Amino acid sequence: MGWFIIKRLGWMLLTLWVVYSVSFVLMRSVPGSPLSAERKVSPEIEQNLKRRYRLDQPLGVQYWDDLRRIVLHGDLGASLKIQDFSVNEIIAQGFPVSASLGILALAFALTLGLSAGIISAVRRGSLADFSMMTIATIGIALPNFVIAGIVIILFVFLWPLFPPGGWGRISNIILPAFCLGAPYAAYIARLTRTGMLDVLSQDYIRTAFAKGLSERTVILRHALRGALLPVVSFLGPAIAGVLTGSLVVEKIFGIPGLGVHFVNAALQLDYPLAMGLVLLYTTLLYVMNLLVDLSYAILDPRVKLH
Amino acid sequence: MTETEQPPALPSTQSAELQRYERLLAEAEQIQGISLWRDAWRRLRKNRVAMISLGYLIVLSLLAVLTPLLPLQPPRQQITKLAFQAPTASPLFIREYKIAENEPAENPDEPLPTQAKIDADGFGPLNWFDRSLLAARRAIFGEWCFNSICGRDRLGRDLFARLFWGARVSLLVGLVATLVALVIGVSYGAIAGYLGGRVDNVMMRIVDVMYSIPFIFVVIFIISILNTEDVKALMAKWGIDRLTVFFLVVGAIFWLTMARVVRGQVVSLRNEQFVEAARVIGASRRRIIFRHVVPNLLSVVIVYLTLTIPQVMLFEAFLSFLGLGVERPDVSWGLLANEGVEVITPVRTVWWMVVYPGLALAMTLFALNFLGDGLRDALDPRMKNR
Repeated sequence: MGWFIIKRLGWMLLTLWVVYSVSFVLMRSVPGSPLSAERKVSPEIEQNLKRRYRLDQPLGVQYWDDLRRIVLHGDLGASLKIQDFSVNEIIAQGFPVSASLGILALAFALTLGLSAGIISAVRRGSLADFSMMTIATIGIALPNFVIAGIVIILFVFLWPLFPPGGWGRISNIILPAFCLGAPYAAYIARLTRTGMLDVLSQDYIRTAFAKGLSERTVILRHALRGALLPVVSFLGPAIAGVLTGSLVVEKIFGIPGLGVHFVNAALQLDYPLAMGLVLLYTTLLYVMNLLVDLSYAILDPRVKLH
Repeated sequence: MTETEQPPALPSTQSAELQRYERLLAEAEQIQGISLWRDAWRRLRKNRVAMISLGYLIVLSLLAVLTPLLPLQPPRQQITKLAFQAPTASPLFIREYKIAENEPAENPDEPLPTQAKIDADGFGPLNWFDRSLLAARRAIFGEWCFNSICGRDRLGRDLFARLFWGARVSLLVGLVATLVALVIGVSYGAIAGYLGGRVDNVMMRIVDVMYSIPFIFVVIFIISILNTEDVKALMAKWGIDRLTVFFLVVGAIFWLTMARVVRGQVVSLRNEQFVEAARVIGASRRRIIFRHVVPNLLSVVIVYLTLTIPQVMLFEAFLSFLGLGVERPDVSWGLLANEGVEVITPVRTVWWMVVYPGLALAMTLFALNFLGDGLRDALDPRMKNR
């Protein structure tokens, strides 16, 4: 298993390098520089600024210097648009916000999705099964900003349970986490239901029932473990989706997380910030996928890591 | 031993043999083989949800193509005094489409309304096909059009008409971008699977690396770079607009899964017994490829196609939300829904601007998903003759 992790981390470094190179080439192939903004400065000052951000060096030199700085010092540079902030500082501020939102959304998706899936598999064909699966299908087909819009109209304006936006209190995080997690709750519910139905028809479940175990024990201890496998392998894409979805949800609810920064950085051509965030997202995604693979191997003894 | 060396068989046994063969042949002719597609269609027809979805999608596509012919209000006509008018269906028809005077008589050679005229009417740039449809619509319906049964937006534009015009863009985006992904993915996967060995290994490793790149972020990056004025001018010179870029970029993301699926299928098909059997009875290479390999690939590809279009449409909506999708004054469902989310204020609830575009999007994605699931079941060879 140790060897497996080392190999995967090696691939991660390669991927990060590819991402870095692609972003670098993209950024530098754009005509005009981030410094040529609305306010014109005199050529001398522009020259100074360029020297300060070392945009006057040849591209090859910039490429290696930036790479060395990122690898050796973990320093992603200074933001070009947000004054007095380095990219590292912006990430340090935004990451806890985005992470708590993402974790809550995933936790929500898992609890809701798993319980809905289990109930509809056990009570197959009942009204509960039908209505939950219909809701799940709707959840998959709606973009999350539409869900957010409907939820805001319902629970903020028509029936004022929650504040419309902002950050800092518990009530601020519930609606965004719901909107972010809803599509994944729907997917997980469907996956769990299919997995449960598969497992429930197997011999060892019949044996467990024949032993006289209660339905609760059989379902939670024997069946669920097998049914969890497709859900676990879906967690990788789900995490990626939550990361992406947070761009939208943070913008709607005015949450000061990384997603908002990323969109603004891309729109304003703030290269170091955008690059830093892309690298961060790649690392996150890779580590999460690694964790998913490891937990998969723990859940299913038949899976061999190599 | 060749036939000429064989001793001549007795006439009686020969004729008996011949009769047996003829009987066999007649029997064989009576058995009608059910092709994969006929069989699949039979099974699909039994799936009511999939058939309803298919019908809905066909009707929707037809309506989208024929939009200029329908009695709708001009989608860009702004009636500021009616801004945020709530949905109303009484009366069902109103005369809101004002056809300007003194035309088209001034130019008898050009029976279709001129572009300047159409712009003034609030339709935006149209091609020849749409202009002829519009001319037909004027002849049939005159100034009558549907009332705003889905309400009006911030500028008093009719949402119902905009939904139809948005359907054209959304469906086109979904279809074309998916086809781009399909072409790249199928060629890549087929080549990797066919060549096998080390080439296959390297090609699939590249796919693995690309899989773990959060492409959506790179795409946002690319599109925002392409959005800067300088690049826009450059692209306009080459005749590329943002929609084209969108197609290419989406194609570049969604081909990965397709490549994996097709490669897996090709690898397993190559060693499949029925391919071997076809080779043994002397089928030509072409026949094996087109008769045995391609149909088996095609079923996977079609299923994947119907399941990717909704993803692409969602992605377009997502980009529209970030202001990176379809450019105004063009409309797509994603853009319309985004406009709805933007005008949510505590002062008034303009629910129709969120609900109707969301509904249009959701129903279409529903239908595509159901149809995809239905096709997967119908084309599954294990379900054959059931």
